[in-house]
Amino acid sequence: MSSSRHMKSFGASRRSLLQGLGAAAVGISFGGLSACSQGASTSGGEGNKLNFYNWADYIGETTFADFKKSSGIDVNMSIFATNDELFAKMKTGNSGYDIIVPSNDFVERLSQADLLLPLDHTRLPNLKNIDPAFMDVAYDPGRKWSAPYTWLVLGIGYRKSKMPAGFKPDSWKYLFDSDQFKGRIALLSEAGDMIRLGAKYLGHSVNGLDQATIDKVTAMLIKQKPNIKAFHSDDGDKMLRAGDIDIVLEYNGDIAQAKAEDDDIDFIIPKEGSQLNSDNWCIPKGSPRPDNAHKFINYMMDAQASKHIFETILYPTTNAAAKALMPDSYKNNPIIFPAADELARCEYAAFDASKAQVYEDAMTKIKAA
Amino acid sequence: MEQSWRQAKGLFAALMSAPLVWLVFFFFVPMAIVWLYSFGENRGLIDIAFTGTWSNYAKALEPLYLGIFVKSLWVAALTTFLCVVIGFPVALAITFSPDKWKPWLLLLVMLPFWTNLLIRTYALIAVLRSEGYVNQTYRFLWEHASGLMTLIGLQPLGTFQPLELLYNNFAVVLGLVYVHLPFMILPLYSTLDRLDRSLLEASLDLGAGHIRTMFSIVIPLAGAGIASGVLITFIPALGAYLTPDLLGGTDSQMIANVIESQFKRANNWPFGAALCFILVYLTFIGIAIQGLLDSSAKKRGMA
Repeated sequence: MSSSRHMKSFGASRRSLLQGLGAAAVGISFGGLSACSQGASTSGGEGNKLNFYNWADYIGETTFADFKKSSGIDVNMSIFATNDELFAKMKTGNSGYDIIVPSNDFVERLSQADLLLPLDHTRLPNLKNIDPAFMDVAYDPGRKWSAPYTWLVLGIGYRKSKMPAGFKPDSWKYLFDSDQFKGRIALLSEAGDMIRLGAKYLGHSVNGLDQATIDKVTAMLIKQKPNIKAFHSDDGDKMLRAGDIDIVLEYNGDIAQAKAEDDDIDFIIPKEGSQLNSDNWCIPKGSPRPDNAHKFINYMMDAQASKHIFETILYPTTNAAAKALMPDSYKNNPIIFPAADELARCEYAAFDASKAQVYEDAMTKIKAA
Repeated sequence: MEQSWRQAKGLFAALMSAPLVWLVFFFFVPMAIVWLYSFGENRGLIDIAFTGTWSNYAKALEPLYLGIFVKSLWVAALTTFLCVVIGFPVALAITFSPDKWKPWLLLLVMLPFWTNLLIRTYALIAVLRSEGYVNQTYRFLWEHASGLMTLIGLQPLGTFQPLELLYNNFAVVLGLVYVHLPFMILPLYSTLDRLDRSLLEASLDLGAGHIRTMFSIVIPLAGAGIASGVLITFIPALGAYLTPDLLGGTDSQMIANVIESQFKRANNWPFGAALCFILVYLTFIGIAIQGLLDSSAKKRGMA
């Protein structure tokens, strides 16, 4: 994998890019300002423009040119770095964007906050190309608000030569509850992911956690803290490659990329199961050009266009027709496409408005301990 | 001849109006909004109701968050102290360097500002990491020393253990000192450069040694420069965000990191705003203390 959503310039992840731009106070009061001008340019009809708000390095190299050839529409892309940044911008309303790419839990959050336009499936015939497993998902039953793009799974990335002979870290235990890799462990600094996966290790679902379980996970991670080297901002693959750590909680796509450059690295989904993520095409409410947006989404799901995108971004695709066209090195890569029985143990984390605060408090407690 | 602004009110108003408008609309109004948020509560996913509640401040004063404030104050104080200790000799050296060197030396001090903080921080990561430049050099020296010892018939040094330089509080303080040092050196330099050299000569002529002259003459006279350097180092260090986030380990979070997570991840703007404003109040207290010290220093100077 040569580039990916999580891979940024200067080795930053999508999250640290935001920080670097000094946008710490994202949208405190000016969230919508920068985008206002973009929304105001329509003069009757939709014109041949489209404002697209995407993750960095998350589209094919000639995708826009190809789309213009087939539809005559010019795509104007802006970049966001985190779902929270996206949500902050959508929250102020009237952003001027026609297409956004939120992750699964933010599809729920945006739709609950009434910030999305329902999709018209009659204008999206290419939905037939999508793997049926991604069509009826819990976070968006019947795909009313979103069309699937990519998916990811969290797991353990590790350096093979630093493991005992014949050993595979096949349990969350080695990250959360063991001093076997003392000082060589990095975990993710996302509060929600950490608490949910800790609960998964303790035998719970990632959803519907009660306070007692959250407290138990918090205590477990506080106890584990002396063994942890760092909470990384989605650049754990870099730390693994640089030799700072030997075992890390990361996304499969990032580790697949690291492995392509350093074969001593591997990835495993722990036996307790894990958490799935998926990114999706959505049209925000107040989009100035919903017709163009539908044309764009439909084109993104075209088998050839999609193949071109995934050749560039090398993420797991949700597009069965495009996957069939891809080379074996991608299709049969066990990191990008883990076995079905491994995936069967994984769940999507549902958005739970009441939990965000609880998770952050728990993580603050862990870091302050 | 000195002219009072009262004699040119029109001109004064014209000159002041643009910065005042700027200050009101881009500083006071947004800050007032954030201040109002700190007395609000979340309503649903998007809306914040201004209910006049103190609960956000009550939560901010819980031991968990107070502890993080104390830690941030401590890290900022340590950073400031190290900046004074390192910055003072540097500023003094620039002051006493030949005139044609001065602009170049000052340029060297300011050079880091030409590069984005993020890039400098990543550069620091490359230097400090387990297989970074410091550890590579250390390893090189270690292995050669080890080889040398075997050569002269001594026990070799054993296996090389890299220094743990990154992802801990040491890295955070190092990063903060690195970033804030120019803020300390420049005001110190401007004060020291205006120092009346004849006072130093007098002190030396009257029998005080160099060290005594330094502590009895130079440092008291540079007090104002030290105080302003301390203030403009301490305040940004207290609100440091990027450095602890990128260089810090598992227990390096500072208050700005908590504020960030409340605004972004927890979507709790009211609580984040309350934490922000406690930080603002702490800054005000810092400035007030500096003002008090300043005025008492002036009084002493008069007496």
